[in-house]
Amino acid sequence: MAVEKSYEENNARIRKGEAVVVTAEEVIPFVKEKGLKKAAELVDVVTTGTFSPMCSSGVFLNLPHPKPRMKMSKVFLNGVNAYAGLAAVDVYLGATELAEYDPANRIFPGEFNYGGGHVIEDLVAGREVRLEATAYGTDCYPRRKFEEWITLKDIGEAILFNPRNAYQNYNVAVNLSDRTLYTYMGVLKPKMGNANYSTAGQLSPLFNDPLFKTIGLGTKIFLGGGIGYVTWHGTQHNLDVPRSANGVPRRPAGTLAVTGDLKQMSSKWLRGMSFLGYGPTLQVGIGIPIPILNEEILHFCAVTDEEIYAPVVDYSEAYPQGTGEVLAEVSYAELKTGKICINGREVPSAPLSSYAKAREIATVLKKWITKGEFLLTPPAAPLPTDEPTKFKTEKTQGGGS
Amino acid sequence: MKQKIVLHFPSAVVEQPFIYYLVKDFNLVVNILKAEINPRKEGRIVLEVSGDDQRYEEALEFLQANGLRVSSLRQEIIWNEERCTHCGACSVICPSGALVLQRPEMLICFDEQKCVACEHCLKACPARAMEARF
Ligand code: SF4
Ligand code: SF4
Repeated sequence: MAVEKSYEENNARIRKGEAVVVTAEEVIPFVKEKGLKKAAELVDVVTTGTFSPMCSSGVFLNLPHPKPRMKMSKVFLNGVNAYAGLAAVDVYLGATELAEYDPANRIFPGEFNYGGGHVIEDLVAGREVRLEATAYGTDCYPRRKFEEWITLKDIGEAILFNPRNAYQNYNVAVNLSDRTLYTYMGVLKPKMGNANYSTAGQLSPLFNDPLFKTIGLGTKIFLGGGIGYVTWHGTQHNLDVPRSANGVPRRPAGTLAVTGDLKQMSSKWLRGMSFLGYGPTLQVGIGIPIPILNEEILHFCAVTDEEIYAPVVDYSEAYPQGTGEVLAEVSYAELKTGKICINGREVPSAPLSSYAKAREIATVLKKWITKGEFLLTPPAAPLPTDEPTKFKTEKTQGGGS
Repeated sequence: MKQKIVLHFPSAVVEQPFIYYLVKDFNLVVNILKAEINPRKEGRIVLEVSGDDQRYEEALEFLQANGLRVSSLRQEIIWNEERCTHCGACSVICPSGALVLQRPEMLICFDEQKCVACEHCLKACPARAMEARF
């Protein structure tokens, strides 16, 4: 008889502190040793993790109401512009927003030492942030100017809302040109001097549930050290990609929109980043539990780096021009050795996504579940799986994983 | 002895051939890893020096008497472990093998002995976990 378990059964075991939880890394030898069927009977949850720069991230903030009241129309936090085209004191601060005084790439390559991602990190760390707001003034909101040092405690709601995170697979970036490139994939040395990749491979959430059998709208997750939810499919969620026999996409494919309460999060798992010549961004920690409901789901979770392939893309031409050209495909197992072979040439490879921290996230989530503190949520609705979302251009677009 | 040091030149003496004196008068073997002069005309040279202990001490005294400041290279480039997220991006940037991704742990390890203070990592590290102190 095939193994069939329900969310309720798994949650009942979690509540009693009896659930068997393993990380997406630990599950690999476990399945090899026990066999798929036996392992599916034993394991209740597999935890995944990723800690990567994710440009499409930001936070909705309900700023303190000054007296008299004010409908803020231009808002800066530590000199970084937050979008204020919302109700009176609500703003959205995006991770890649530059500080107003930043010279950007006028002195090339720009350093981007402080931007939206860093403001988010400062807020979540409890540090003081300078709020400067101006307004045109109305009868109901007469105040026109407000300046104050604030901390996260002074803010009403602070909701991390990231429209595109947890990219399922991503490009391996190389540079075929003669000059150094400064990209969101890091510094790329000329003539294929290095190859940078940006996912955690076998630990990464969407590689472990490639066809979205369990991850859907309402899935409860580890987000930035706190609790969040998958709230929609992410922008550029694309299913029309080549896949391996194991269902794993060989190109950037699915993405997630995720939401959570910034006030529960930690600056350990939300970090402001500065990409030389590109801009500021936010490194986001995400961990997603995968309930083992049957053998098929476990089979997906047992995927190894050897079985996951990423496309190698030239960032001097193919990426910026959007040609969609792929130079080669390499496995994450090869990428992780620190050397890959592209068309007969050996190229040093480096990650931008922290595998060690991804492992730590999967382990933290495992602890939460094992202790009975974190229950699994069945999705309220599935992510789009069959209908490819309509695409304007080519498939390997994007901007930060 | 063999050591990596940094010589800091005030602008008044920046044009004097101290490296030549080190070789000729103190019989030291020097290997220049990096040299620069800033817009205020202050100089900085990163050196690997080897030779006789006694002569090396004398050379240091001579340099200091001439207004140069000498520091150990190890105090120059600092890895801020708290800030480091172990992403690994620096592992293909560092030319000397001082920043290496340990496998299979996938943790970055900084070996200050191998660092040549080229400073490439300072801006290439997205977390700004590598710092220079002068
Ligand atoms: S690039 Fe910076 S954050 Fe990443 S591993 Fe190196 S020192 Fe650490
Ligand atoms: S200063 Fe240069 S040699 Fe030293 S760690 Fe940084 S990149 Fe490596």
